[in-house]
Amino acid sequence: MEHTTAAAPARSNPPLILVVIFWLYVGIPLALGVWETLLKASALFK
Amino acid sequence: MSIASKDHGFFSKERITAPPGFNRWMIPPAALAVHLCIGQAYAFSVFNNPMTRLLGITEPAAADWGLPTLGWIFSLAIFFLGLSAAFAGKWLEDVGPRKAMFAAACCFGGGFMVSAVGISLHQIWLLYLGYGVLGGVGLGIGYVSPVSTLIKWFPDKRGMATGMAIMGFGGGAFIASPMSVALMDYFHTPVSMGVAQTFVVMGVLYFCSMMIGAFAIRIPAPGWKPAGWTAPVKQSAMISRNHVHIDQALKTPQFWLLWWALCLNVTAGIGVLGQASVMIQESFKGAITPAAAAGFVGMLSLANMLGRFFWSSVSDYVGRKNTYAIFFVLGTALYLLVPGMGSAGNVALFVLFYCVIISMYGGGFSTVPAYLADLFGTRYVGGIHGRLLTAWAAAGIFGPTLVNYIRQYQVDHGVPAAQSYTATMYLMATLLVVGFICNMFVRPVAARHHMSGEQLNEQQNLLSPAMSTK
Repeated sequence: MEHTTAAAPARSNPPLILVVIFWLYVGIPLALGVWETLLKASALFK
Repeated sequence: MSIASKDHGFFSKERITAPPGFNRWMIPPAALAVHLCIGQAYAFSVFNNPMTRLLGITEPAAADWGLPTLGWIFSLAIFFLGLSAAFAGKWLEDVGPRKAMFAAACCFGGGFMVSAVGISLHQIWLLYLGYGVLGGVGLGIGYVSPVSTLIKWFPDKRGMATGMAIMGFGGGAFIASPMSVALMDYFHTPVSMGVAQTFVVMGVLYFCSMMIGAFAIRIPAPGWKPAGWTAPVKQSAMISRNHVHIDQALKTPQFWLLWWALCLNVTAGIGVLGQASVMIQESFKGAITPAAAAGFVGMLSLANMLGRFFWSSVSDYVGRKNTYAIFFVLGTALYLLVPGMGSAGNVALFVLFYCVIISMYGGGFSTVPAYLADLFGTRYVGGIHGRLLTAWAAAGIFGPTLVNYIRQYQVDHGVPAAQSYTATMYLMATLLVVGFICNMFVRPVAARHHMSGEQLNEQQNLLSPAMSTK
């Protein structure tokens, strides 16, 4: 088998701040949704 | 030369192979970006009521769709989820997670668009085709695609890593439900329910979010290990260092024992989830209002989501087989105790017991990819996982049918509604005992099923020649 192409282009590693932002991007909407559900669930013990 | 060997484009596996020193904590949010979107499926029911009034607006018109007609949309989506996960598993192992996630984004986002057209033209078949078939395929591919990648990035914490992603599938409804309601309110006019516009916005948002996940996803280079980590020298016999081919896995008893273990665990949980609101109101007649029952459903959804992360993380320490054994033993005990809590009028313990039961239902989903990776190796775990998910589709039929029919049988034979779930709970406990037996028989996969070194090299060359020659 011939391999005429080079390996994958080296891509830079993400800075730590990007990793944090990415976690916030998925975490904040989820946390808001969970909070709203907890408020609804509180009706169970009223 | 294979097609794969010529492919060095944006979606190729080589393009997404991480450079040395890559921060692996970038991968779980990439997986979550997909799973939180496709988890919307659990909140699809918020559209049911508005879609029965698309023509009549204030009340259903004669030509409006009924709930049984609309119910098929979700059923089709779950059916095609199972089907696509089973059949696309091998393909996604070949093409890599970015292409698979792109395909999932196109199908899931596109499904919303086709459905929006169906709502505008009032053609139900377009909704079946859009959200049901196309969206269902997006669900299946999106569900499996990041899982094997996470397992490869976290060989030291397989359970926790897959738990994070699969937790997103359980949590997607927490975002989708309020967002759908807010969008429908925003687009609602005296002549429109605003559902079509909501579908368009959600289709675009979900496509973009899933594409962010596809852009961010990376796979580790062959032979990569976390810094400072070495595989334990004395490893549990239940964790294989070998790999089993996807087609060979189906010929092993381990695959089918796990299929039944998952199916029975899901059957026990899914039936309760579908009936939770009615069940708590009938069990505590007069004491639980519809608003409180909705709160109970919310608590169960939360337990489902958190259980996915908690139990799969626990499995990293106690082992997958032991974790599944806990599901079956504890689940059986709780199902036997729950009717007593109902008759004693103890709402707090009733809610607590069901939350634990549902946390183990979620835990079954999130622990199983790591269980498969332990037994069959990581090479084809995504595809094998996809095929195992047919157990979910089967449980989706068994669970609600069992709960509904047994309850109806009891009521028809004069049993008071408050006690009509007792027999169902005892049956669920019995199913869990059978699941325990299946799990007990799971042993390491026999060496004759393992891929040889030659087969592994051949596969490596076919999939990524440039990497293999490095």
